[in-house]
Amino acid sequence: MKIELTINGKRRRFDVEANKLLLNLIRDEMHLTGTKYGCGIGECGACTVHLNGEAVLSCMVLAVDADGGCVDTIEGVADGGQLDPIQAAYLEEGAVQCGFCTPGFIMSTKALLRENPEPTEDEIREYLKGNRCRCTGYVNIVKAVQSAAKKIGG
Amino acid sequence: MHINRVNTHIMPIRFEYHAPASLDEAVELLERYGKEAKILAGGTDLIPQIKQRQTEPRHVINIKGIPELARIKETDGGIGIGALARLRAIELSPLMNEKLPLMVEAAKTVGSVQIRNRATIGGNICNASPSADMATPLMALDAEVHVYGKGGARTYPIGEFFLGRGEVKLDPGEMLTGMTVPLPPEGAGSAFEKVGWTTFDIATVNVAAVVTLKGGRIDLCRVALGACSPAPIRVAQAEEALKGKKPTDEVLSESAAYVSACVEPRERWRRAPPEYRRRTSKALAMDAVSRAVEAAGR
Repeated sequence: MKIELTINGKRRRFDVEANKLLLNLIRDEMHLTGTKYGCGIGECGACTVHLNGEAVLSCMVLAVDADGGCVDTIEGVADGGQLDPIQAAYLEEGAVQCGFCTPGFIMSTKALLRENPEPTEDEIREYLKGNRCRCTGYVNIVKAVQSAAKKIGG
Repeated sequence: MHINRVNTHIMPIRFEYHAPASLDEAVELLERYGKEAKILAGGTDLIPQIKQRQTEPRHVINIKGIPELARIKETDGGIGIGALARLRAIELSPLMNEKLPLMVEAAKTVGSVQIRNRATIGGNICNASPSADMATPLMALDAEVHVYGKGGARTYPIGEFFLGRGEVKLDPGEMLTGMTVPLPPEGAGSAFEKVGWTTFDIATVNVAAVVTLKGGRIDLCRVALGACSPAPIRVAQAEEALKGKKPTDEVLSESAAYVSACVEPRERWRRAPPEYRRRTSKALAMDAVSRAVEAAGR
């Protein structure tokens, strides 16, 4: 089936099978491998991307269902060589251990700070509970979100 | 829990995809393909079900192209909620926060933000999981559901909609279009309580309560229990035990015992044994009613 998507600002056409998952389109056809496949059933958040500005799990969205939409992945977050304040904060706070969950966490953090520029720790933990870090580096992740909020706000 | 029992990286089956732009078109497709068709709304249940081969539809009908089904609006009978209203939209809707805080409270307990950005209330109740978190409050709020098919539109009480585990009252070719939730009386208080394995897990037990007070005594009272029987239920005896009484600990405990007595053990209950559900449902019923009493205007 023919579909059209805007991925990280670029309009692209694809011819896909009806059962193709958005995640596999992003990884296998666009070769944007920052978005990860984790559990495949909506528990881990590693495949989080933005679809029309909202954080969604790309392993649970059919590519045909995203037809006409705007998809933003981790690759579109930095502006050229310039890191996004959220990415910089994750690095500075040591919020990245093995790094597998990080793209998903950063996409969720981006959605959080857009909705709520000054979240409390409870609000951060609540919003990010759909993202799992199996290195269990949650303390530094929360710190990174707080630090990113200050950078963006201040 | 059966994570990665099969390869969840891909969709293991092929199907024909349909994206009707109107209700009539959707119903025609449903009629034509019958049991071979599945409706796709948010996909947060259907996609993992297909991945794990729990269902193998030959036709997938995406109804998201029917915009009128996503509306949340005030109507004569209360609040009209379209089947495609996403849980996140319910959670963030000022109208829902003002008029139906019970639904907002329940919606917030479902999955994660990413799930709620896609999951719809219609999908939540049509999957008819006994633990569906939106079903229990809808029962406590006396909602009505609207369905549509070749024979036209029908409306009936939510209690009649659930026939059992995974079964809802929809004739072949019929689909859910939305629901109407009557506004609780002025001054009513409500509360939703839930226990799962983790904070974003599905419910092992959930309870919803709506009460009003008159002169310090409980007047109107509705208590619903989820995840403990083939479908969510209202517990009339628990409600009777509260009516006209002062909400003391003894009264709450006596009423909650009726809730706990409704637990219908299933042969294979993976998530929790019957005794756990009995004790937990009693505790949650007491918590829900006492929080609803606190929230009620005196």
